[in-house]
Amino acid sequence: MSKMLEEKLKGEEQTLERVGFVFEEKQRAGSFLLVDDQETVSNYSDGVTYYSTHRAVEKIKGLKEKLWSLVNPEKDEYTRKAYEAPLKGYFIHVQKDKKVEKPIQACFFIATSRLVQSVHNIIVIEDGAELHVINGCATASYVNMGMHIGITEIFVGKGAFLSYTMIHDWSEQVEVRPRTAVFVDEGGKFVSNYITIRKSKITQSYPEAFVMKNGAAQFTSLVFAPENSIYDLGARIHLNGENASGEIISRVISGGGKVYSKGHLIGNKKGIKAHMSCDGLLLSEKGSIIAIPELEANYPDVNMSHEAAVGKIAEEEIEYLMSRGFSPEEAKSLIIKGFLDPKILGLPPALEQEVEKTINMIGEGAL
Amino acid sequence: MLLIENLKVEVEGRQVLKGVNLHVKAGETHVLFGPNGAGKSTLFFAIMGYSKYKITDGKIYFKEKDITYLPTHERAKLGIGIALQRPPALKGIKLEQIGKLMNKTEEEILEKAEALRIKDMLNRDINLGFSGGEMKRSEVFQLMLQDPDLSLIDEPESGVDITNIDVIAKALRKILQKDMPILERKKSGIIITHTGFILEKLTADKGHLLIDGEIICSGNPMEIFNEIKLKGYTECLKCWKRN
Repeated sequence: MSKMLEEKLKGEEQTLERVGFVFEEKQRAGSFLLVDDQETVSNYSDGVTYYSTHRAVEKIKGLKEKLWSLVNPEKDEYTRKAYEAPLKGYFIHVQKDKKVEKPIQACFFIATSRLVQSVHNIIVIEDGAELHVINGCATASYVNMGMHIGITEIFVGKGAFLSYTMIHDWSEQVEVRPRTAVFVDEGGKFVSNYITIRKSKITQSYPEAFVMKNGAAQFTSLVFAPENSIYDLGARIHLNGENASGEIISRVISGGGKVYSKGHLIGNKKGIKAHMSCDGLLLSEKGSIIAIPELEANYPDVNMSHEAAVGKIAEEEIEYLMSRGFSPEEAKSLIIKGFLDPKILGLPPALEQEVEKTINMIGEGAL
Repeated sequence: MLLIENLKVEVEGRQVLKGVNLHVKAGETHVLFGPNGAGKSTLFFAIMGYSKYKITDGKIYFKEKDITYLPTHERAKLGIGIALQRPPALKGIKLEQIGKLMNKTEEEILEKAEALRIKDMLNRDINLGFSGGEMKRSEVFQLMLQDPDLSLIDEPESGVDITNIDVIAKALRKILQKDMPILERKKSGIIITHTGFILEKLTADKGHLLIDGEIICSGNPMEIFNEIKLKGYTECLKCWKRN
């Protein structure tokens, strides 16, 4: 790490750890860090190429064509902004059949107020390979304004697996606009987890996945929205191959913030299985949770469903725990922590434990 | 142990209990009979102190302490436990976790789970997707961990298959110290039941028939049960009105 980077990160180590970034190299298969517009990347794993996107485009023939192949640069003003910005972000490539055990980490960090940080990430998991990515996003404690635009294009090969866990810890006046698209080839599986700890001004994200035959995509989000924050979150899964499956799960707690919990499942071939569930807990009268599930079946032989339940913590559940001897406060805390159950994320045990710590912090924040 | 005087309870503006008197001594097991909607579960919820069940008159004493307006968790801490008929599902809270949070050792949790044949359920979310029989065993399991001095047990056998009724009855015998000499029993219980299964496997000391918010008859539980079986609740009601 350069002197300048170290200088910028001084005193912010805990913030980085909160979003899953560890400085201990042996816990990770590789590491990428972007502080404002300065990048540093290191790779400790065979069979994995981990570059900055800029370097990757220079070095790898044909990669340029992959850029903007899943996300349309004309999609909105933010994608246009990202298209015109200098190329930052990371490129990950995992060789065919290579199963990477340790997670690869990446972190986007804003250390300067009013900065617009724009990144473009590419992840390619070749056939039969496996990878876990943990991607944290955070601002330095003193930064109040800023914007982060993240374009991420992901290619999951035949029978390949990728878990992609994103943890956000932005400060109050930061706007966050990730634009993610994923292609899941035959028999491949993509698992996306989105966890947010602190409030940002507005976070708007609507990743899309295109899933081929026997493939699967799952988007899970655990969100706590404090007062004055807006979260506009959703996911769209195009189930384009036979027997493909898709799942969108959201667990949302509003402590006064506004949360849109959207989802769009599209079944285009036979044997499609898709399910969407949205659970919302409203802890404050100032908050609102708006669940908008959409199911689109374009083929008769599909199995698609959704469920949504939004409200305050059920008195019945609190009293049930009280009759086991827990105080009302203990009961509420248990219910909130249970609501944010890390087991729904589908992560390997070690990573699940790490993420659980972060999630417990959200639970405490909610109380 | 438990003394209830002239208890009147309202649920959402409707009077359900209309002056119930009940006395359960230490070491006694009582059985509560009555048609659906008579107010049996309401009586349990009022003893437990659930907020939807508003006490408009009367008193509840537990261990000589007036608990009529005590919060639920304090009643639990004093030694009252309940096994619900239809408990709510708790997403993300595992059965094993509850045991640990009750400060029980892993050995104790495993041993009791084994006794109720729910070892493979310990890692599941409480009551989420449980079958009727699983729910009952999980409720009795939690009661067993809690080890209360007064157990309120709501229809422990409904929806349970024959083998598991044995499992549950055995656990209830333990909770209510049925295998100890009569004079040494300290634990009390009230059981709501519609069938004779539990009565056969578990001796009860006293039976009560609750109809339309009032206890209209008390006595030998087997005798009351047989009377109901033979003549039905309507005859019981007629008998009560005659006397």
